Amino acid sequence: MAEYKRPTTEAEFEKNFKQKKPLMNETEAFYEASRCLFCYDAPCIQACPTSIDIPLFIKQIHTDNITGASKTIFDSNWLGNACGIVCPTGVLCEGACVYNHQDVPPIQIGRLQNYATNKTIDAEKVIFKVGESNGKKIAIIGAGPAGIACACEARTLGYDVDIYEAKEKPSGLTVYGIAPYKITNEEVLKEVAYLQNQLGFNIKYNTAINSKEELANLEANYDAIFIGVGLGATRHLGLDGENKKGVVGAVEFIEELRMKHHKLNVPKKVVVLGGGNTAMDAASEAARMGARKTVLAYRNSKEKMGAYGFEYDLAISAGVDSLFNVTPIAILGNGKVDGVRFAKTEMVEGKLKTNINNTFIVRCDMVIKATGQAKQGHLYDLIDDLDIDAKTRIKTNDEFQTSNPKYFAGGDAVNGGAEVVNAAYDGKMAALGIHSWLTKNN
Amino acid sequence: MIDLSVDFGGIKAPNPFWLASAPPTNSGYQIMKAFEAGWGGAVWKTLGVPVVNVSSRYGSVNYRNTRMMGFNNIELITDRPLADNLREIEEVKKYFPNHAVIASLMVESRAEWEQIIKDVENAGADGIELNFGCPHGMCERGMGSAVGQQPAVLKTIVEWVKEAANIPVITKLTPNVSEIIQPGLAALQGGTDSISLINTIKSIVGIDLDTYAPYPIVDGKGTNGGYCGPAVKPIAMNMLKDLAQHPEIGKIPLSGIGGIETWRDVVEFILLGATSVQVCTAVMHYGFGIVREMEAGLRQFMEERNYTTIYDFAGKALPNVTEWKHLNLKHKVVAEINPDKCIGCDLCYISCDDGAHQAIALSDDPTNRIPSIIEENCVGCNLCSLVCPVEDCITMVKKDDGTQHTTWDERSLNDDIPVTFNDDRAGGKGHFVPKPSDALKK
Repeated sequence: MAEYKRPTTEAEFEKNFKQKKPLMNETEAFYEASRCLFCYDAPCIQACPTSIDIPLFIKQIHTDNITGASKTIFDSNWLGNACGIVCPTGVLCEGACVYNHQDVPPIQIGRLQNYATNKTIDAEKVIFKVGESNGKKIAIIGAGPAGIACACEARTLGYDVDIYEAKEKPSGLTVYGIAPYKITNEEVLKEVAYLQNQLGFNIKYNTAINSKEELANLEANYDAIFIGVGLGATRHLGLDGENKKGVVGAVEFIEELRMKHHKLNVPKKVVVLGGGNTAMDAASEAARMGARKTVLAYRNSKEKMGAYGFEYDLAISAGVDSLFNVTPIAILGNGKVDGVRFAKTEMVEGKLKTNINNTFIVRCDMVIKATGQAKQGHLYDLIDDLDIDAKTRIKTNDEFQTSNPKYFAGGDAVNGGAEVVNAAYDGKMAALGIHSWLTKNN
Repeated sequence: MIDLSVDFGGIKAPNPFWLASAPPTNSGYQIMKAFEAGWGGAVWKTLGVPVVNVSSRYGSVNYRNTRMMGFNNIELITDRPLADNLREIEEVKKYFPNHAVIASLMVESRAEWEQIIKDVENAGADGIELNFGCPHGMCERGMGSAVGQQPAVLKTIVEWVKEAANIPVITKLTPNVSEIIQPGLAALQGGTDSISLINTIKSIVGIDLDTYAPYPIVDGKGTNGGYCGPAVKPIAMNMLKDLAQHPEIGKIPLSGIGGIETWRDVVEFILLGATSVQVCTAVMHYGFGIVREMEAGLRQFMEERNYTTIYDFAGKALPNVTEWKHLNLKHKVVAEINPDKCIGCDLCYISCDDGAHQAIALSDDPTNRIPSIIEENCVGCNLCSLVCPVEDCITMVKKDDGTQHTTWDERSLNDDIPVTFNDDRAGGKGHFVPKPSDALKK
């Protein structure tokens, strides 16, 4: 059931990947802002991982103090523009809006936030101030949301900041890993450029840190180091035939899609393995790229999926079919994938069991594995005394300091994979942690 | 069978919905259109020696998402030659012989008054309204509100007019006075057949933050305008009540003007003694069609209460509008929150705690946002029920048994009122208030 025609031009791509949260116009923003009740100790603030003073910025939008609104937003969240669009607001601020208790649509907080910051960014309003130089330097590994947020906060505190980024663009998964209908590359990149212009941190692109020598170099030249490396490549499943042509990781698939747009070739039949938000994105994207049949296959029941309900609904609305309680046992094909053999699974005494006697084949030309990303364990192994947990997540204290006191960490590398807004919060707090540690030590 | 027709001091009209003398009654075209739409009468835009108007004439007060909650204008009386207006009055009367066409007049000398009265009578006007209210422009020339503010002058002119006129005379009063009885009495003593009120209130509706000029801006400058629209309704109703309750003035018909837009407004004015209503701003906002809602609502109200004419309920609220000193001091209401309806905005809590009597408590459980009333602290002020965004969620519940009745007046007669600064009879003596330092604990 194909809903989408294969896009052959950028315009067709944009049509298929129409923005889910388009920019508000002034009238819409005015009327939407007027609905806010200005709740006392507002639940939306409590639900925001960065505790943005939402009623205040909405009131500021309503009174045409857009720059003030943006200050309120950036004051709590350095990636306020991106978060306004990509945050799962339905389960955060907007989910907490008291209007939900009255069966009245909640305030569209995310879009209002994006409206304000987008205007301020486009107008190139100068609203940040670099702190007076304290002569200290911070190195940041990874220019994802955690690293950018850490850099911004550190600059306001007077630190010199260099970010080492393995890829050629900043923002990490915000630009490489989020579904294109959620945010455009331009929208992501212009926010980072805006921040960088005012705060003046350096980003060294195509500069991965992955050797002992490079780390030693950082340790010698910087007063503190922040690790914001996120997660790594898609994990290997160890399936029979997993290396066949046409089997790709979801992270790699989405990254290629975001960079190539309509020039990416997605075949007719696609199977997506997984039940998380990334699986939903990948399935939805394959369908929007014109795949005639996209099948989402999850090993457990629909209720057990890690994905938000609205993400699943979005995939279904794009024409994706789903299979539950199935697990892949082999990738079929002669050099190139032509199908997946699944076995049925069932719950037995609270444990998911694979019934190897009940198998079937789904024919396809592509398999997208959205079954989790590997951690950047190879890097952690190179750092002395760096404690990681059983799931290869970096352990930190409340100030985001690792067991090696010179290293701080935040974002997916610490939480194992969460939202942009969580990384933005971690990065900011880590900079404050670094500041407190360096101030205490001297 | 409902009969909406009125005989307003000798002026007959099919219904009490009249257009006030203002821009919507500038021409025969507009008035015929209005009669077609359902209006029962129209007071022609004030005739006199034609004026020259400025460009940029109206200003607005918008509140939240509501436009023109308040409205002001600096337009003067008609700028069209008298002959054109007279010809059109004649034409309108030809098409609508049973509708009320009232000529609003404003001139200076007795000779001019006598001449123009003859002219409008010859044109077929059903009545005359004396514009003693315009608070901008015309008053600088000794007319309009300059007359309305001087009872002796007002009385003299009414006498001139009554001597000359063969058709009924309405005297329109200005609210730009410290009390309305004196001008009302002067009009009565001058022999007026009826009174209409209020005209507009001297106002500045806003300052432009780029030019620092008041709205509406005329080439960088502005002047006070006349304020009207929904915002002035409470002021108009209070003045109407003053006249309607007066033993002498209350005997002549009163036409209510000021912020009338809905059927409910109409009913309220009638309950306070008006037997016709005049509308301008609502028409300037929505067009003549707005009368449909007024008429349908008025009919519905009358049907439900078995009223056949508006005289069946005119003035019925007047016995209930009394002086403060006659209010029952033994009456006691207390707020009650319906937890099933509460959406947890906690505006009642903060409004009471910051703005009233600290009689609402938050729950100790942070997941429960439903506040509770501290009954012993509640003075029954209504504030919480007024800020609550949910219909009927907070109600004011009567707590006294209705058997006791004491008023300030009665207590004064019994020497039972506080008379010294620290009198034990102080109403709030012993009433709970938090310690000043408690403010710093939160």
